[in-house]
Amino acid sequence: MSGIDLKRFHRTFFEESFEGLDAMEAALLRLDPAAADAETINSIFRAAHSIKGGAGTFGFTDVARFTHVLETLLDAVRAGKHQLTVEDVDCLLRSSDMVRGLLKAAQDETPADNVSADALAAELSQRLAGPQAAASVAAPAAASAAASSAGWQVLFEPKPELFLSGNDPLRILRELQSLGDCEVRCRETQLPTLAEADAERCYLAWELSVRAAVKRERIAELFAWVDEECRLEITPLAAAAPAPEAKPAAPAAAAPAAPAAPAAPAAGTNVTPMAVARKPGEGADAKSDAAASIRVATGKIDAMINLVGELVITQAMLQQLANRLDPVHNEALLQGLSLLDRNTRMLQEAVMSTRMLQVDAVFSRFPRLVRDLAGKLGKQVRLQLIGENTELDKTVIEKISDPLTHLVRNSLDHGLESTEERLAAGKDSTGQLTLRAAHQGGHILIEVIDDGRGLNRQRILAKAAERGLPADPNMSDADVFQLIFAPGFSTAAEVTEVSGRGVGMDVVKRNIQALGGSVELSSEQGRGTTVLIRLPLTLAILDGMSVAIGDEVYIIPLSAVIESMQPHENQVKTIAGQSTVLRVRNDYLPLVDLRDLFGLSGERRNPCEAIVVIIEAEGRKVALQIDELVGQQQVVIKSLDRNYRRVRGVSGATILGDGRVSLILDVAAIVRLFGQAMAA
Amino acid sequence: MTVRILAVDDSASMRQMVAFTLKQAGFDVTEAVDGADALKIAQKESFNLVLCDVNMPNLDGIGLVRALRALAPYKFTPMLMLTTESAPEKKQEGKAAGATGWLVKPFNPEQLIATVRHVIG
Repeated sequence: MSGIDLKRFHRTFFEESFEGLDAMEAALLRLDPAAADAETINSIFRAAHSIKGGAGTFGFTDVARFTHVLETLLDAVRAGKHQLTVEDVDCLLRSSDMVRGLLKAAQDETPADNVSADALAAELSQRLAGPQAAASVAAPAAASAAASSAGWQVLFEPKPELFLSGNDPLRILRELQSLGDCEVRCRETQLPTLAEADAERCYLAWELSVRAAVKRERIAELFAWVDEECRLEITPLAAAAPAPEAKPAAPAAAAPAAPAAPAAPAAGTNVTPMAVARKPGEGADAKSDAAASIRVATGKIDAMINLVGELVITQAMLQQLANRLDPVHNEALLQGLSLLDRNTRMLQEAVMSTRMLQVDAVFSRFPRLVRDLAGKLGKQVRLQLIGENTELDKTVIEKISDPLTHLVRNSLDHGLESTEERLAAGKDSTGQLTLRAAHQGGHILIEVIDDGRGLNRQRILAKAAERGLPADPNMSDADVFQLIFAPGFSTAAEVTEVSGRGVGMDVVKRNIQALGGSVELSSEQGRGTTVLIRLPLTLAILDGMSVAIGDEVYIIPLSAVIESMQPHENQVKTIAGQSTVLRVRNDYLPLVDLRDLFGLSGERRNPCEAIVVIIEAEGRKVALQIDELVGQQQVVIKSLDRNYRRVRGVSGATILGDGRVSLILDVAAIVRLFGQAMAA
Repeated sequence: MTVRILAVDDSASMRQMVAFTLKQAGFDVTEAVDGADALKIAQKESFNLVLCDVNMPNLDGIGLVRALRALAPYKFTPMLMLTTESAPEKKQEGKAAGATGWLVKPFNPEQLIATVRHVIG
């Protein structure tokens, strides 16, 4: 009748279920099967239990069926009926993967892998291997008599304490009446005198005959909530039984008067002792954080960030106009404007912070990954996570996940030695891998640190030479290590199951640079390697260098700028009468005049009278010729694709304080365009 | 008089489903995310019915029912546990703590409304 479409709750269900699985996995990973603590077991059980309940309610039967088996095992563990083993934990981890897969299939509306699910469910049941699993369910259906054509005679004699469970006999009588023709006789023999009567107690009993062709269970069901608080007899109504003497009248069932003031000696304290083992409210559960938050669609937040960006620009425009005003005559206005300036910036910061997530969102996947990989590689690894609470932009978090995974795999596969090697080198047999996140200025630093064998300078140089990369035995360590990031350095020859997937460190570096970040390597042979990733806190704002060509101002992402200079005449060379190169120390870089690139009017200038900015992306450098360096500033990035169309060599736009639009250079695209021409 | 219901569940989707369904049916619903949260709310406001999940962090449903029953204003208030069929002993434990009855998961919105209407009378 209500016709509520349950689909509207699906998104929340999937979100919370995936979160629940994450929590379950984390708990399984920190679980010591030999000494499992109750709260950890409970949190694992709770995750499975919630997913099962939701899946059943929202109609995801594949998920519900599998989680039911999973829950049964966990329940036995929780109740102390099953002792967990290390193999059990492995199986549970696989089960959590399975639930994830089933949920994904349900979410994408693709067929679930029920064959694997059933196989794993069978394994779970086998692990439980107790006969009690099947026994408990089908017990009460025993005395199921056939439906009597005439109906049922019911004696209902509640205990005096019935009201204390919040039950009202009238509710049951009403429900009985809804089944069919019903005669009710009230027995008030137990009713004391008014002076002795306690309004909180039930003194009445009822005899009923229900003329309805229903099964006995249907009647019993109505009394299910009170069957321990009453005497109940349900007997078939003799077909011919004349029951005319019953008067269809029942004195009002004396529902309890308004809650009595004196708190009668704790109503529900006669509790079974089994409840004692579980102590609620212990340990800060992650869920309680979630309670103090609300889910908001990312689109809404982005719209808000966009609007605040506009506000910042408007504010800057006002500020610029105000600069022309006489400070004496307009003191109040200027004061107001400076207040507006401050509030706008605070608002911007506050809004930006809503997009911030804890880096834990990425880090949390590593305990599992490291556990699995270490097992596969036969290495012993201890993983330490530091600074998981560090916050950064959601998009950055999403995009950093793959490069970080790659680095962790590399460390495990190539960085850390086998147990024997470590022992031979006099090291702790267990390798140490640390992931650390921290804020530094407007950046976040993420480090992947291992105490493995370190980078081998000679081998890198040899390999670089083999690959035809520019390598020089006199290069500094830092420069040698950077060679690892050169395209084509990683080779198919060293593909292993763990780290070689044809994706090299160059891709890692490119992905990080695409986020406006940078990667550095430091290493000491025999002692370990540290990879340092520096990332901007957000993608909505960019640290830019503004440069001018004629009247136009362009923004170059500061992270791509290496240096700027005014070239000497002997540094500039023209090749084949067309392309110009700039010699910087020992490198020849393509020299690109931005005026030509963007087809701007104005006189071409001699490079030696202009300024050159050297930019780098994807391991290649290009020199850009401009007229003037204007300054450094933070700019709010606007999408050009969305507001206009894609323009080659431009990654976006921003609005300057004076209201003019300034284009942001797509350094990677420019480098690709001219770097190739050079290489040819 | 509007009937006030306190819906307690640590699962956001179940909570949303219960709250939305009952609001559609004309009830006044307040949500709580776990037993401790519910207890805090129940002490500040009054309700005609409490619907609570069993398995919750920070005070489970059974603990909540027991705590509420001990409070004078909730001595006779109907309290329903939302339980799963796999846990018959939980029903008994809940009854012992003072629960009025239970609603077995999975249930659909119609069953929920019907049960609540029966209990509210």
